[in-house]
Amino acid sequence: MSEAEARRDAAEVRRSWLLSTPALVLLAVGAIGPLFIMLVYSFLTPGKYGNVEWIFSLDAWRGILFTRDIFDETLKLADAHLTIFWRSVKLSFLTTVFTFIVGFPTAWFIATRSPRWRGMWLFLITIPFWTNLLIRTFAINQIIRTEGLLNTVLLKLGIIASPLNLLYTDTAVFIGMTYVYLPLMVLPLYAAIDRFDTRLLEAGYDLYASRLAVLRRIVFPIVKPGIIAGSILVFIPSLGAYVTPRILGGGRNMMIGNFIELQFGQGRNWPLGASLSVMLLIIVTAALLIYVKFANREGGHG
Amino acid sequence: MADRGFTVTRLPGFTTIALLVFAALYAPIAMLVVYSFNAGDSIATYDGFSMRWYQRAWENDHVKDATVRSLVIATTAALIATAAATMAALATTRKKPFRGQTAVYVAINQPLMVPEIVTAVALLIFFAAIKVTTGYQGLGYLILAHTAFCIPFAYLPIRARLEGMDLTLETAAADLYATPWRTFRYVTLPLLAPGIVAGMMLAFVTSLDDVVITLFVKSAGQDTLPTYLLGQIRRQVTGEVNAISTVLLCLTVVLLTTFFLLTRKKS
Repeated sequence: MSEAEARRDAAEVRRSWLLSTPALVLLAVGAIGPLFIMLVYSFLTPGKYGNVEWIFSLDAWRGILFTRDIFDETLKLADAHLTIFWRSVKLSFLTTVFTFIVGFPTAWFIATRSPRWRGMWLFLITIPFWTNLLIRTFAINQIIRTEGLLNTVLLKLGIIASPLNLLYTDTAVFIGMTYVYLPLMVLPLYAAIDRFDTRLLEAGYDLYASRLAVLRRIVFPIVKPGIIAGSILVFIPSLGAYVTPRILGGGRNMMIGNFIELQFGQGRNWPLGASLSVMLLIIVTAALLIYVKFANREGGHG
Repeated sequence: MADRGFTVTRLPGFTTIALLVFAALYAPIAMLVVYSFNAGDSIATYDGFSMRWYQRAWENDHVKDATVRSLVIATTAALIATAAATMAALATTRKKPFRGQTAVYVAINQPLMVPEIVTAVALLIFFAAIKVTTGYQGLGYLILAHTAFCIPFAYLPIRARLEGMDLTLETAAADLYATPWRTFRYVTLPLLAPGIVAGMMLAFVTSLDDVVITLFVKSAGQDTLPTYLLGQIRRQVTGEVNAISTVLLCLTVVLLTTFFLLTRKKS
């Protein structure tokens, strides 16, 4: 490379950095930087009226799993916290599994339409994905509440004698999360199925495979990257869900997101809120790294 | 063994499930819209058509304030985010990858990967410290936070547009002795415009719909439309909430349809 070329390259790189600067500065101040401040806060002592005292402490990290007995100061497992973590993981897992069960046929249906109609069906899945999550959750709330449409119809038809108390239960949160996160499962599944070579199906049937065998032995292994992408895309926001459990789970059926918020309100324990957030961030990052690693490996096989 | 009408891509029950899924996706939203026009107070029995909830929302000063605030924040955030994202997209596409480019890419997409509640808490802590030191309580915090999480939404369509763009036109311009700035101004920018508009709309919708980060960052009396709705849902349900939701929904659907028309690949 001549000296002139090298100089031009260097100038180009400098210009690239210069062009990226405004975005990087905005993100550093408005998104990334504060995460590090939060990490610092997780090692401080809670202030009496919220906020923090600048005294180093590991209590917030211990406090994720343990509480100190008010009488004899011994540490014991915090059952209330464990219940919340367990509910978060359980509901996120169930949501992921159920969105897959109904999302796979949906994605398959869209991918097997004629090209003329495929765009329309895809658009119909994308619209709910982009519409306000709060409004969609609220729509579910209205339908399942005691005086809501579901109960009114079931009562009129005589299927139930007294209204179902669905709202403010784990089931309600599960229904809501499945509803709001379903498009996140369908879209990557669709992308994977769309690339799928249907001649493989013919080959399978020619070799006398049953439909189930074709699905299990041919389709699933090939669209696996899509299945993993969809599962992670649903699992991550479910685990960090705040709006849906708040509107459908009420105050008692908290998930991690609501528990974190509590620390900044009534709980008045900012360091614990910070340590819980860092923990959530670590779990989510780990899930993403697994995904990236897997996606790259799959990509390598072409 | 394959009889006539055997389609390899057909799997039993799949079409039924898919159609049920589409019905289930739209039915709740449809009901929400229908009951925004309810003359009665109930959310389960329909007592005839009426616009009274819309009228009530229109006359509600809280709703007016929240709407103006939402629009101010979304417009400002979308404009700044799109400008920053356009520059970043120009820097990270169609050139020889430079050292640190992956880091830039990861940083830009960071808001998509971190759970909203985590960012919200981090911003609450950070801004609380600034509020105490400076005493400033204005909309600036919300605008900064919204701008940051809008950047990836503006960036992705612009980048996609740039990657699909033909380089020969720019080379032609350069061959005709156009300066780099004139090439950009008269060739690149017009070609990029649909991507920029699409990115801006996506950023606008994202900002308009945000609940969690707004809830944690806002100072007292700075409700946006979504946080106002969240507060109302907690109290009592009236058709007013449905009316506001319907208006927001319509706005989103109109913007999204435009977005799809803009980014649709030419056949």
